[in-house]
Amino acid sequence: MLQFIIRRTVGAFVTLFLIGAATFFLFVAAPSDYASLACGKDCSPQRLADIREALGLNLPLAQQFWHFMSGIVTGRDFPAGHCSAPCLGVSFYSGDMVWSTIMDRFPLTLTLTAGGAVVFLLIGVGAGMLAAYRRGTLVDKVATGGSMVLSSFQIYFLGPVVLTILVYSTGWMEDPRYVPITQDPVGWFVGMSIPVCVMATIFTAQYTRMARSSMIEQLAEDHVRTARAKGMSRRYVFLRYAWRGSLIPIVTVLGIDVSSMLGGAVVTELTFSLQGIGRLAVDGAVNKDLPLTMGVMLFGAFFILLINILTDITYAWIDPRIRLS
Amino acid sequence: MTTVTKAEGAPAPTGPDGFLSVRDLQVTFSTEDGPVKAVDGLSFDLHRGRTLGIVGESGSGKSVTNLTILGLHDPLFTTIDGEIVLDGKELITATEKEMEKLRGNRVAMIFQDPLTALSPFYTIGRQIAEPYMKHTGASKKAAWERAVDMLAKVGIPNPKERARDYPHQFSGGMRQRAMIAMALVCDPDLLIADEPTTALDVTVQAQILDLLKDLQREFGTAIVFITHDLGVIADMADDIMVMYAGRAVERGTVTEVLRSPQHPYTWGLLNSMPRLDSDLGTPLAPIPGTPPSLLTPPPGCRFHPRCTFRDRVGGNRCATERPPLGPDRSSACHLSAEQKQTIFVEEIRPRLG
Amino acid sequence: MKEDLVLPATRDAAADAPPEPLLKVSGLVKHFPVKGGFPVRRTVGAVQAVDGLDFQVAEGESFGLVGESGCGKSTTGRLITRLLEPTGGTITYRGRDISHAGRKQLAPIRSEIQMIFQDPYSSLNPRQTVGKIISGPMEINGINPPGGREKRVRELLEIVGLNPEHYNRFPHEFSGGQRQRIGVARALALEPKLIVADEPVSALDVSIQAQVVNLLQKVQRELGIAFVFIAHDLAVVRHFSQRVAVMYLGKIIEVGDRDSIYARPRHPYTHALLSAVPEVTLTAEEGPARERIRLAGDVPSPISPPSGCRFRTRCWKAQDRCATEEPPLVRIAGNRDGHLTACHFPEEPTIEAREEDIVLDPALAALEEGSAEGPGKS
Repeated sequence: MLQFIIRRTVGAFVTLFLIGAATFFLFVAAPSDYASLACGKDCSPQRLADIREALGLNLPLAQQFWHFMSGIVTGRDFPAGHCSAPCLGVSFYSGDMVWSTIMDRFPLTLTLTAGGAVVFLLIGVGAGMLAAYRRGTLVDKVATGGSMVLSSFQIYFLGPVVLTILVYSTGWMEDPRYVPITQDPVGWFVGMSIPVCVMATIFTAQYTRMARSSMIEQLAEDHVRTARAKGMSRRYVFLRYAWRGSLIPIVTVLGIDVSSMLGGAVVTELTFSLQGIGRLAVDGAVNKDLPLTMGVMLFGAFFILLINILTDITYAWIDPRIRLS
Repeated sequence: MTTVTKAEGAPAPTGPDGFLSVRDLQVTFSTEDGPVKAVDGLSFDLHRGRTLGIVGESGSGKSVTNLTILGLHDPLFTTIDGEIVLDGKELITATEKEMEKLRGNRVAMIFQDPLTALSPFYTIGRQIAEPYMKHTGASKKAAWERAVDMLAKVGIPNPKERARDYPHQFSGGMRQRAMIAMALVCDPDLLIADEPTTALDVTVQAQILDLLKDLQREFGTAIVFITHDLGVIADMADDIMVMYAGRAVERGTVTEVLRSPQHPYTWGLLNSMPRLDSDLGTPLAPIPGTPPSLLTPPPGCRFHPRCTFRDRVGGNRCATERPPLGPDRSSACHLSAEQKQTIFVEEIRPRLG
Repeated sequence: MKEDLVLPATRDAAADAPPEPLLKVSGLVKHFPVKGGFPVRRTVGAVQAVDGLDFQVAEGESFGLVGESGCGKSTTGRLITRLLEPTGGTITYRGRDISHAGRKQLAPIRSEIQMIFQDPYSSLNPRQTVGKIISGPMEINGINPPGGREKRVRELLEIVGLNPEHYNRFPHEFSGGQRQRIGVARALALEPKLIVADEPVSALDVSIQAQVVNLLQKVQRELGIAFVFIAHDLAVVRHFSQRVAVMYLGKIIEVGDRDSIYARPRHPYTHALLSAVPEVTLTAEEGPARERIRLAGDVPSPISPPSGCRFRTRCWKAQDRCATEEPPLVRIAGNRDGHLTACHFPEEPTIEAREEDIVLDPALAALEEGSAEGPGKS
């Protein structure tokens, strides 16, 4: 198992490097001059050259790339000051350190992701399991029907509807906003509850259907029947035998969802005017801000790879066949 | 318990050791295409310490019958009629709680494919110990020791270490041994073995069959042994019941059914089976046609569309009237007893060599 | 038995068989690599699925390959049809070495060597009509029989006992046995000289199995097609094959005509295999009782097979020599012509009961000792 983790970690670093290279060279391949963008309208040649120098754009491309990548490990010095490791460079557009910008935004994204995951796992998977356990009953029909309706909604539709009801017309709640949990836990919870719940609702529907079908599949397995034939109660068999097998597809999809959400939940953030990583990615792309785009890309890729490894470890924990082969 | 079934005549008198009796069992599945009567009016008895072999091809209802005895059918799609009485207790009307107390304790089951029938998530030892803890209230430690003992009994080398292994670390034969250990851990009175050796190699099959026989001698368990293989049945069973399309068509002791079979379907099975000692000059004589769909089973005798002897029965009885099956040695066929005997002696036996 | 069916034990013995056999396999080896290792994954071992096979199949002959799972019989079938490429050794078809032939060189031979598979459900394309399935091979090979392909397909359907009217139906409209007939018709479409049948009847019910066995027998005899019949069921192989090879862990351990293998076997494994087949005794008067041999455990892993004789770990006659020296497949003293056995300490050529049962299985031995009646020895 340790061998496996080491091998995968090494692989992950190689992948990150390749992603960085791909982003960098694709970005510079696009014909636009960042210095003149940063310089603005009335730009003197001298100022342009200074900016070039400050941004390191006068160096050969390979060297620029190397500075960027090595800066992540060792840190870099800019005219504006020292950028300590992990240094993702300085934004062409705002002139801020990319790493600290990401760190400013990350708590919001993390809140959204973690909060959403808790809600849709508890409610979605719970409802799916319950529907499978009470298959064919009213509970099942409500859960199946409800998830069918909800999964056809979209955040950019459901979000404004909820806001209109809870905020604008009744005034029961305030506009969603992010307050750090360390400052004001209650404000944090209240401020984020609408976006988290709206986003989780869409996912909940998907997880309900997945958990239900995965569970029903497991209940038809031979070994589940054997456990019943041994005299174990339906509930015991459900919780000990079938449940475990049904986790594998759920963990797979959960891994994909969580890692992509940590890289930025663009639609949710835009719908609720929140400043998260997703918003940052959009800004970077729109402003042709190379360091910011690379930073957000690498940051997102890091989570995808990390969660991939965690998912595989979870598989091994669930299923001894994977553990030992 | 003396319900007279319309289809099969008077049931066997339940003797003092009458242990499992099934009376006029009807199992119907509701499917998208309509109701499928998987078992249609089945009655049989099994006595303590004996082995009943149920032979039949796929779709004959042999496995369904036994899942029904344990109440393991899907209640959502299944309707059941008739009576299943185990040691004086009616099982069809029993509550789920009562059935749970029975399963794995007094009635245990072995399945065909030991790889899928054992859970991949738990150790062999735990899976064996589990029913023992549940049914005897033994402590975890005592149950584990019992599991190790059982593994030793069924011939797993190093049972102490192997109990901590997962099923995929066992070979096919060892998995089936573990399955047997699991089934016998509470010393059941009745063991239902559903094609337990079909997935195994022939040398391993021989080990497992011998093991089952030896364990039966030691524990005195009654066994219902389901298989499609007449050779295996000949080796294992005391009594045989031949099933076709959801009904029993012939029953008797092993010697009776295999040495002087009386039903055209049994004849067909024997004629179509190559044997190690059969005469190579005689080609196999397969049963013509294919088994019927249970959605629209043929009327009368369900075998009549494939039967080569139906023209020897007067009128159109085979297609209109269900032939009865008696409780002891009998065959459900409209041919007269003399006809059956003559056909067997003159036409069937010479072919079997 | 015909002289030309004698199997040469050593590879240089080919000279004594003047008529070229249809198929000649010598020293055939197939190893599947096993990956593993750290930090760099590499080949750390091999599944020795087939490890040095020698046999010949004459024209029109039916040759049976029996053995338990993992013995390499299916791999052998796939090598002969060149669905797999051998790791070593040669496969010679009608004098041409096809062991490493490429797509182009194989094309003309592919039509002459056909395969019938075990599972009649997955081996037919569900979206094609029966007519299309059977005429497919003709189309690919550009064969236009007189009267057109459709006429030929209808003929083939009739040969395999299906209604020619079923030309336009789809596979799902047929039962398992009928599908296997379609598979046979497809194999016959190109008028092959050799059919490799891999467990063709083991997925079928007993009564249907006999229908297909009879059909294959008819095809073999009437059309003079040679068969390599691969199966685990000894009784079916006996019924179908004139010559039989018994495989164990990638090797042929005994080969000979049907009678030699089934009535006069010499290799302990063949004895064990035959004694393990559960039999129906049909006649009232008992014949001589058959021997009872119960091996211990399962077949060892083909990744690290035992040294010397591969059967020695389960054999009651094994001695030190068996571990160090691999027994050659030869005609040993007392064998008839063409009957070859790979064993240092062969058994008597009879399958009648011995004075004592051979029970190597420790659990069985213990249980039988416990009850008074089992004279088991371990």
